[in-house]
Formats: sequence, C-alpha cells, structure tokens
Amino acid sequence: MPHRPKSTLFAAVLIIAALALVVPQSINQYYLFILYDIGINIILAVSLNLINGYTGQFSLGHAGFMAVGGYTSAYITTVLGPKLLLLLGGAGTASSSLLFLGSLLAGGFTAALAGLLVGLPSLRLRGDYLAIVTLGFGEIIRVVIQSMDAVGGQRGFSVAQTYTNLFWTFSMAALTIYTIVALVRSSYGRGFIAVHDDEIAAEAMGINTTQYKVTAFVTGAFFAGLAGGLYAHSKGFLTPGGFDFMKSIEIVVMVILGGMGNTLGVILAAILLTILPEALRSFEKYRMILYSLMLVILMITRPQGLFAWNWKWRRRASPATSNKKGSP
Amino acid sequence: MKTRVQALCGVTTLILVTLLLGCNKPAETSQSNTPGKFQGVIKIGEFASLTGKEAAFGISSHNGTQLAIDELNAAGGALGKELKLLTEDDQSKAGEPATVVRKLITRENVIAILGEVASSRSLEAAPICQQNKIPMISPSSTNPRVTEIGDYIFRVCFIDPFQGTVMANFAKNTLKAKNIAILTDVKADYSMGLAKFFKERLIADGGKVVAEQSYSGGDKDFKAQLTSIKASNPEGLFIPGYYTEVGLILGQAKELGIKFPMFGGDGWESTKLMEIAGPAAEGMYFSTHYSPELDAPLAKTFVQKYQAKFKEAPDAMAALGYDSALILVEAIKKAGSTEGAKIRDALASTKDFVGVTGTTTIDAQRNVSKPAVILTIKEGKFKYVETIAP
Amino acid sequence: MLEFLQQLINGLALGSIYALIALGYTMVYGVLRFINFAHSDVFMVGAFCGYYASKVGSRFLASGTVTAAIVVFLMSMVVCALLGILIERLAYRPLRERSKLTVLITAIGVSLLMEFTGQLVFGADPKSFRLLPSKNLQIFGGLVFNTNQVVVLGVTVLLLVVLQMIVLKTKMGTAMRAVSYNHRAAALMGINIDVVISFTFGLGSALAAAAGILYAISYPSIDPLMGVMPGLKAFVAAVLGGVGSIPGAAIGGVLIGIIETLVSGYVSSTYRDAIAFGVLILILLFKPTGLLGQPTVEKV
Repeated sequence: MPHRPKSTLFAAVLIIAALALVVPQSINQYYLFILYDIGINIILAVSLNLINGYTGQFSLGHAGFMAVGGYTSAYITTVLGPKLLLLLGGAGTASSSLLFLGSLLAGGFTAALAGLLVGLPSLRLRGDYLAIVTLGFGEIIRVVIQSMDAVGGQRGFSVAQTYTNLFWTFSMAALTIYTIVALVRSSYGRGFIAVHDDEIAAEAMGINTTQYKVTAFVTGAFFAGLAGGLYAHSKGFLTPGGFDFMKSIEIVVMVILGGMGNTLGVILAAILLTILPEALRSFEKYRMILYSLMLVILMITRPQGLFAWNWKWRRRASPATSNKKGSP
Repeated sequence: MKTRVQALCGVTTLILVTLLLGCNKPAETSQSNTPGKFQGVIKIGEFASLTGKEAAFGISSHNGTQLAIDELNAAGGALGKELKLLTEDDQSKAGEPATVVRKLITRENVIAILGEVASSRSLEAAPICQQNKIPMISPSSTNPRVTEIGDYIFRVCFIDPFQGTVMANFAKNTLKAKNIAILTDVKADYSMGLAKFFKERLIADGGKVVAEQSYSGGDKDFKAQLTSIKASNPEGLFIPGYYTEVGLILGQAKELGIKFPMFGGDGWESTKLMEIAGPAAEGMYFSTHYSPELDAPLAKTFVQKYQAKFKEAPDAMAALGYDSALILVEAIKKAGSTEGAKIRDALASTKDFVGVTGTTTIDAQRNVSKPAVILTIKEGKFKYVETIAP
Repeated sequence: MLEFLQQLINGLALGSIYALIALGYTMVYGVLRFINFAHSDVFMVGAFCGYYASKVGSRFLASGTVTAAIVVFLMSMVVCALLGILIERLAYRPLRERSKLTVLITAIGVSLLMEFTGQLVFGADPKSFRLLPSKNLQIFGGLVFNTNQVVVLGVTVLLLVVLQMIVLKTKMGTAMRAVSYNHRAAALMGINIDVVISFTFGLGSALAAAAGILYAISYPSIDPLMGVMPGLKAFVAAVLGGVGSIPGAAIGGVLIGIIETLVSGYVSSTYRDAIAFGVLILILLFKPTGLLGQPTVEKV
C-alpha cells in the first residue's frame, strides 16, 4: 500500500495515548495541563495546516471554529449532561466517557458547519481578502456568542466536569494527524496541493478547486471544534474573549514556524510554542515583544519554517519506509 | 581557527544568557533588606493582568498588593517568616489564569492565591484553588458567582447586587430622579451585573428605565448612544463602567450638550477620570469603597505611600489589592499556620478588619459587607457626599 | 428628525477619521498589493508623538493655541513618515518578491511588535491628551456641533485635497500611479521603484499620524492598543470604497462611520463591530472591487 507511510506515525501517537492511561496520577498538575495544551495545540495547528499549508488558503479565523466546538461540547456536558448520563445508564466511567466523546464530536460537527459557512465565500476570494473575511467571521462568531445568554454571554460559561485527560487529548491528536495526513496523501488529496500550487492551472486540469477549498475548510474546522471541546473541558471556563483574533494568530504562527504543508514540522512547532512561553514566564514584559520580533525575523530569513528540513527528508524517506513495510 | 572563534562567541553568549537568567530571579526577592531577621519564607501567589488589554487595572492592583507585602515585611513579616509575593502575568487572556494558578500552586507551592480584577479570570482560577484547598482572595471581582465556586474562595470588594442597589437608592433618595437611562459595557460582566441589579431595584422602587444603551470596553466613540439617550430625556444616566471609557463618555456627553447628572460605580475611581474627561466630570457621582476625607488615617497614609512609590494616585483597584494582602496576612497570623484549611477558617472569621477601603467583615457567603460611600467630583477632586450602609 | 441629523453629524466626524486611516491602506495596497497591518499602529505612534511633542512644546509655545497645534501636527507627521519608511526598508523590502502570505504575516508581526513595544515604552494605562480646547456650537435649536468636530472635518478635507493634488499633479504622483499599474513596466520606464515605494509609505504614515492626532482630539484618551479597532474599520472602509482609489477610501470611511453610528444609536452597539465586518463580507462577495475600484483581470 503506497499511500500509508504515515501509519507508523499514527501508531506512535497511539502508543503515547495508551501510555497516557498508565502515566501515574502523581505527575505535577502544572506539567500535566501543559501536556494537554500541547495536545490541543497540535490538533489546532495540524488542522489549520490543511487550510493554510496544503491548500494555500489563508484563514485567520481558526479560533472562531474552536469557540464553536468548545461552546457546543461544553453546553452538552454541562447543561444536557446530567440527563444524558441518566439515559446512558448512570454516572459511570463508561457512560461519562461516552458522553464526553459524543460532546466532542458534536462540537466538531457544529464547527464543521461553521467551516462550511466560511468556506463558501472563499470560492470567490483569495489571499489577503480571504484572510480578512475569515478574520471577520471569527469576530462575528465571537460577537454572536457574546450575545447568547444560554451560554453566559460575556459573563462566561463554567464547565461542570473537566473530562479532558491525556488519553483523550492524545488520541484525538493522533486521529487528527492521521486523518489529515491520509487525506492529503490520498490520490484525492493531491488536489489540495494542486490548488495550493496554482489554482488556475489546477482548474484547467479539471480539478474542482471549489470543492477542495470547501473540503479543506470543513475538515479543518471539524478538528478545530474537537480541540475546542478538549480545551473547554481542560480549562473549565470559557469566555468569548478567549477566542479572539490573537488566538487565531497564535495558531497561524505555529503553522508558519513549522513550515506550511509540513505536518511533522507543524507538530514540532506546536510543541515548541507551547513550552517556550512557559519557559519565558519570568520575562513576562518582554515575552510578547520577542515573540513578534521572532515572527518578523523568521519570515524574512526562513519563510519556509524552522523545521523545513523535514520536508526534503521525508520525501526522500517516505518511499523507502513504504517499501520496507510492504503490503500485507 | 574560525570555528574556534565562533565556538568561543557561542559559549560567551551562553554564559551571558545564563547570567541574565540567573539575575532575573533574585531580583524579585530584593526586598529582604535585613537577612537573618526571618526564619524561612511564606510564599503567596498572585495572578494579575500585567500586560494585554486590561493591564492598566492589573498593574494597579498588583502595585497595591506589592506595597502591602513590602510594608508587612518591613514590620516583621508573619509567623517570624518573610512574605514573598510570587506574581504571574496572565496577559489579560482567557486560558492563562488556569495555567499560571496551577503553576503557582503545584510548582511554587504557594499557600494562598491573590487575584484578579476581572471576574471572568477569577472564575477560571477559582475551581483550581478550591480543588487544591488553597485559599484564594479576589481583590476586585464583583460577580457573585466567583465566591459561589467553593468555601476557599473569598473577596474583599462588595458584590454587584449591593453596589447596584446602592446606586438605585442614591438615584431615588439623593438625586430624586425617577426616569433613568443606563449605558452598559457589554464586554465587562462587572458592568452588566451592576446594570442588572440597579435596574431591578429602580423598578421595584417605582422608577423607570427610559433608555438602555451599551458599548464595548475599548470603544472610543459613544456619541451615537449618547445622542439617542439624550433624545429619551432622562433625569439621570447610570454608567456602570471603568474610568477608561467613562472619562470619554463624560467628555462626549458635554460636547453633545447633555445636562442631566451621570453616576456610576467604583470602576470610576481614578484620577485619570478627571484627566480624560476634563471639566466634563464636574458634578458627577459614583459609589466606592472609601474616601480619604473620612476619618481614616490608614487611607490617607496609603495614598501618600502609593504616590511616593509609584508616582501616581492609587485607584480603587490598588486600594483593594492592598487590602486583600493585608487581610490574607492577618488571617495567616491568626491561624498561626500556613495550612490551607486553617487559613481558610481564619479568613472566614474575619470581622471588622480596618483596612484602606473601610471596615471589612466577611460573611457566610465569603463576600464582604461594608458600607459604600458616594463621592462627587468638584474642582477636579473627589469630594465625599454620603455613606450608604448595606 | 433632530436626533437623526445629530447622529449623521456624529457619524461624519467618526467617518472622516476612518477615511484618513483608510487612505494609508489604499495607497500601500495600490503600490505593493498587500495589507499593511502595521498601519494602524503607526496611527497609534502618531498620537503618542503628538502627546510627547505637545508636552515638550508647551515649554516654548502656549499650549492650546493654533500655532502649537500645527507644530505638533507637523512634528508627528514627520516622525511617522520616517517610521513608515523604516518599517518598509527593514521588514517589507526583503520580501518584495515573496508570496503574499509571507508579507501579510510579516505585517501582522510588525503590528504586534509595535503594540507590545508600545505597551512597554508608553505604558499600558491610557493617557489623556488634549491639544485644543473645545466649545459647543448650537444650530437649528438642538443640533450640536463641536469646534473639535469642525477641526477634524476641516483637516481631513484639506489633507484629502493635498493628497489628490500630489497623486495627480506631481511627478512623484505620476510615478506612484505608474508603479501601481505595473511594477516592471514602470521600472523599464526609468522609475526608481524603491524611492516611489518609500515615498508612498512615508506619505501614508504621515496621514496616519495626522489621523492619530485628530482621533486624540476627538477622543482625548490614548493607549498603545488604540489603533487596532479603528485600523480594522478603516481597512473595511478602504475595501468598501475600492482598494487603490483615494476618493473611494474617503467615501468608504464616511459611510462606515455613519453606518456604525446609526447601528449603535438605533439598534445596539453590541452588533456594531459585527456589522462592520458583515458589510465587508457582503462587499467582497458581491462587488469585490468596491464602490470605486477598478476591476482587474487575472492574467495567466
């Protein structure tokens, strides 16, 4: 099977997820929650990479999708949760896990719906204009949540149960990585890269660019929604202000630092950009200045991303891996 | 040769960076002026918005807190130990409080948490403190929900229902106004809360809300809202907001030729209000925690010391930050221990504590009950009008 | 009716500032085809320059006088023009042949850098900045004009006329138009592209500085994040008017100002920001060239 070189990576992440179940509960809470943040950021960055990296569109509204997913799933577990748990047969581990999984998926699907809404204008727009429109959509989503009393509006929404744990975070991250890599590597998925490289040429070759763009937005939004659900059940509190333009920028920076269209690089960048700000906490005043300065310098000197070497290495290496493994 | 030079440069840079990193830490504890005076330290955690959108409030609150801790140390600390305030910046950003408070509790092992001005960020941190049985005192989060999180969560400011009611009574009794317009900041739950309780009381007392308009924190143009408020001919306008916007609102109201009185809550209290609004602030009213004019020597010395140290007049956030630290340390002394449960009990029994912001008694809901004072602005200065008891 | 007219006046005053900021976006977009996100922060720096200039200037000139105001305006415009040229030279010039996204991200980076540096240097708390004393003027019984509103409107119109003259009547203006039409052809005609681009940035930034001070005159409280929202609105205005068109930016700015004021006055200010973006999305979907923009043909 030539199109499954990434299954090894998938397996690896799955093993991490399995390990997570075994990791002793005594681990320092602070570090534990940073691990959650890492997993969530990996999902966000990898899913945005499908839109911004592989498909070459430019979305500045990823935090909006995350908000939709986060609020939906938090609403389900907090408001509808008790009833649903009864329906599932009491508050056992199995039923609450099922509830959480269901809420995550529901969050993902509503976010995907929002993605469809944003994907539609992208049919006509590109580049800067698309960026601004997605930014606008992100802000509109925020304003809408802000005026929704059912989820607390500006006062914020307290999540009843913090269900997020290492197992859920990293199995969702694995699912995201696997789905996106498999999608892009499939023969269907080559179309994303075609749209990225040259839209007009792709169109001329009979590729339905519209469909690809919308698919990218919907898929990316779905996973951002999942991440939103994990985020909601890890932080325990949501405010519309937490999903503003800056949050979107943070995710964009992860994608850029990792290298657009380079999944492994983006994963590394997501890890780095979660840990680095924590390490720099004692420089609180200068931290954000350094961050923005780094962004500018990076764009000037290494626009292909910090981890760009992976791309060449992987291209060369991937046929070998698939040969070695062979098909069963 | 060249590589060696490069390596040398690299090593030098590394050493410099390490030195820089090394120097960074002890700077925090430089207040320990008399070594040997203390046996050990008591670590108190604080999270505040030192950067980002609400940095102005966070810095004020932090300055007040730091001032209190420095003074307490100069007076001998607590339990014979030095007090050490560990401050983490949450960048005014959602998601950050949870991380930094976890860090303070589980990595720095602080015995108590002081923090946040914004209720939304206090609400994020409170469940973590509750879960870890670490007492938390919010200096100025006024949303009633904050202390409802659990029995380890306290506050030293009054809550929205109280202040809203006070202002409704003030409108009725002192201003003798019945038809009131309200202008709320929809981005601040503080403002929404005050407006809600103000409105409830006003209507219960037979008053009428003739216009309700809103703005978002950070806005600069309020003329549209003010114009339509003016058209509804109210006898007074209630603006429960922060001085950053209220200053502009008062100025623009004057530019539109609005004559009716305007009044608000403790978010107004800052000399910046007069700087921004200019003469337009004259004759407006607001409720707050204390007035240096009252016979309160503590408040007077606080204003002097704060001004000497930070070169600006303290606002309500600074005074509340100061008091939150005093009340916490008082409880530590009373508990005679740094155990969370004991400090909690001592905090819960705080009664008639005299601080900068008046006499504080913590009630069964871990909120405070203390009288509010009404101030007005006269010739660019705050003037005391009356005290309204809870 | 009186209320409605008053709202129109409010909207016009707000819109004229948006128009001034929008001009900077439009000019840079016309020449380089990218959104200079940092423009809104040059606007902020402009206001702060004015603040410090008037502080220093008050030692030499009586503050609150027209002369002092003019000096403050000119100083701040010069400083910001230099800043704009510097930003272009350091951050954007190395990227000129790169993809649009790279440049856009760099612009966002520069913008964040200026905001955070501003918070550190100027302080995060708002400063009050009062350049001119204001007086109310009443007409038709209830309608209120403010002297500051008149100043804002007057300066905006003046700068617009001057700008239009520069673009249409001077040699540099002709070169700017040539460059915006086609880089390579312009270079072949002997136009020094670098100089033209620097000039464009300088001019746009000077306008941003003027807008910053006018904004501070209307809303006398300045802080390092003051540029973010007006910047976005002005960008919407530029797109609404047709990016690249100077009269378009002016009309777009005024329209956005009036729409916003009417929405806050009659509907709810909660939706004000959402509506500005809604307008943008509708425009881009149905008339991407804006009201006065020239349609471009995609060449393969």
